[in-house]
Amino acid sequence: MLTEENLAKAEEIRKRYPVAQAALLPVLWIAQEQEGWISEEMMRYVGKLLDLPFGHVLGVVTFYSMYNSKKLGKYHIEVCTNVSCMLRGSDKILETIEHRCGVKPGQTSADGKWTVSEVECMGACGGAPMLSIGEEYYEDLTPEKTEKILSSLK
Amino acid sequence: MERYILPEIPNYHTLEVYEQHGGYGALKKALGMKPEEVTDEVKKSDLRGRGGACFPTGLKWTFMPKQTTKPKYLCVNGDESEPGTFKDRQIFELNPHMLIEGTVIACYAMGIMTAYIYIRGEYGKWVKLVQKALDDAYAKNYVGQNILSSGFSTNIVLHKGAGAYICGEESALMNSLEGQRGYPRVKPPFPAQNGVWGCPTTINNVETICNAPLIINKGWEWYSKIGAPKHPGPILVGISGHVNKPGVYEVATGELLTDLIYRYAGGIPGDKKIKALIPGGSSTMILRGESIEGVRMDADSLKTAGSSVGTAGMIVMDEDTDLIRVVARIAKFYYHESCGQCTPCREGTGWLWKILKRFETGTAQETDIDLLMDIANNIEGNTICALGDAAAWPVQSMIRRFRDEFEKRVSKAPSVTRTAVPVAS
Repeated sequence: MLTEENLAKAEEIRKRYPVAQAALLPVLWIAQEQEGWISEEMMRYVGKLLDLPFGHVLGVVTFYSMYNSKKLGKYHIEVCTNVSCMLRGSDKILETIEHRCGVKPGQTSADGKWTVSEVECMGACGGAPMLSIGEEYYEDLTPEKTEKILSSLK
Repeated sequence: MERYILPEIPNYHTLEVYEQHGGYGALKKALGMKPEEVTDEVKKSDLRGRGGACFPTGLKWTFMPKQTTKPKYLCVNGDESEPGTFKDRQIFELNPHMLIEGTVIACYAMGIMTAYIYIRGEYGKWVKLVQKALDDAYAKNYVGQNILSSGFSTNIVLHKGAGAYICGEESALMNSLEGQRGYPRVKPPFPAQNGVWGCPTTINNVETICNAPLIINKGWEWYSKIGAPKHPGPILVGISGHVNKPGVYEVATGELLTDLIYRYAGGIPGDKKIKALIPGGSSTMILRGESIEGVRMDADSLKTAGSSVGTAGMIVMDEDTDLIRVVARIAKFYYHESCGQCTPCREGTGWLWKILKRFETGTAQETDIDLLMDIANNIEGNTICALGDAAAWPVQSMIRRFRDEFEKRVSKAPSVTRTAVPVAS
């Protein structure tokens, strides 16, 4: 369920498009920002809100890599390993993160603090290698710099 | 060359500074012209799209029907996700008002009352920056109802993607905007006839749109004299990989690739040789280092050299690079990003990646080289959209230009009988 404030936002967004279905991606973003992920219950709720079948919402959520249909750790560390980052040492960055967080890409640490993902090009090739946590980009990484970033997250 | 799209002016991203330097002057000028005069100006300028296909922008604008009862739409493509490409992000951050001004000019030229700027989901931070600029532009009536008392109205809506490379393909972008999976559509019908919500639609890249205010301000004659005659204008070149100063550089088209690498990007660390170069994003054909001498960053020159401009996102690889690993990584990317609609792409991209992994791990057979080529040839041209081609070209060009790299990695063990292609999981 969306909070009252978020529901108002969703209604507002719906007006920007000639068809309610077009509000699906933005409304899913609101839902994910509120809960950190999108549960099946939320998908059904959003479907009702926009008059869309559950199957359509599920199809969209699972198609786009940024919608999480599972709960993630407190910090979601996304490491780019595509070509430009690979050429500048993303292997070592990923290794550093795996070692520090004790998990492999795709996993969440037992204490729920970290989720680590290997991701495709994030459009920061000039600052390769890079990672992102939430909306923040961290560029021109070295293993030492990566350690520092991780240490700063409590 | 003077920089127009990413000028070196502090706080240019703010409306105040943008206005101080003549910002929105082009919009005022355009609103005093007839819409078809604006389109004509862009057409004569020879501006070509900066999203990868180099299609003439003015010509694209003329495809929009003049007499129609349906609403018309403009989609500005900021889904930038092609590996090696990171230019639009610079525009969002450093010059969002030029994007907004260009969008309104394009809408005026084509009689469009709603534009959507589609920005990739990973750029959440930059969506907020553009939204701030858009709010400011609305407040000064550069966007919205009765713009600057001209009688012309248009709205701009930002739409954030959610992580799918394929949504940079124009018809997939339209489906995504409609709240669907990002599945490319079969063409025809083309977007100008049947686009978003079945209405006439034009899709232009972010950087392309930023050229519109320039052309209107300074005129097509001035613009068409910048850079390469058949592909003129300023262009944002992203240089990444093994260079001393990676980054986005604004240059005139037709710049020598070697100048871009050595003069702008500071050369190769340790003064190593260039083994290979991807000139315009991961889907463009790879070039041998020794073949880039004299090649220029424009459509004709790169075509002659056996590649293409693409998004002008250059990836430089030095003499020590493991190219098999590079091409395997690229193949993995396309496998991951295939939307799954067309069998040749859905299955073939996975096969390419898995066979390339055999070369990477030293378990490939000699025959696997031709098998790779065969699969790539069977993907190319056989899919709804160009993702299939984009997956095939790096593999084909790598085999054609670096066959020795593959041969070196063939297993020395006696050959074993096995299925021709592994099953994609």
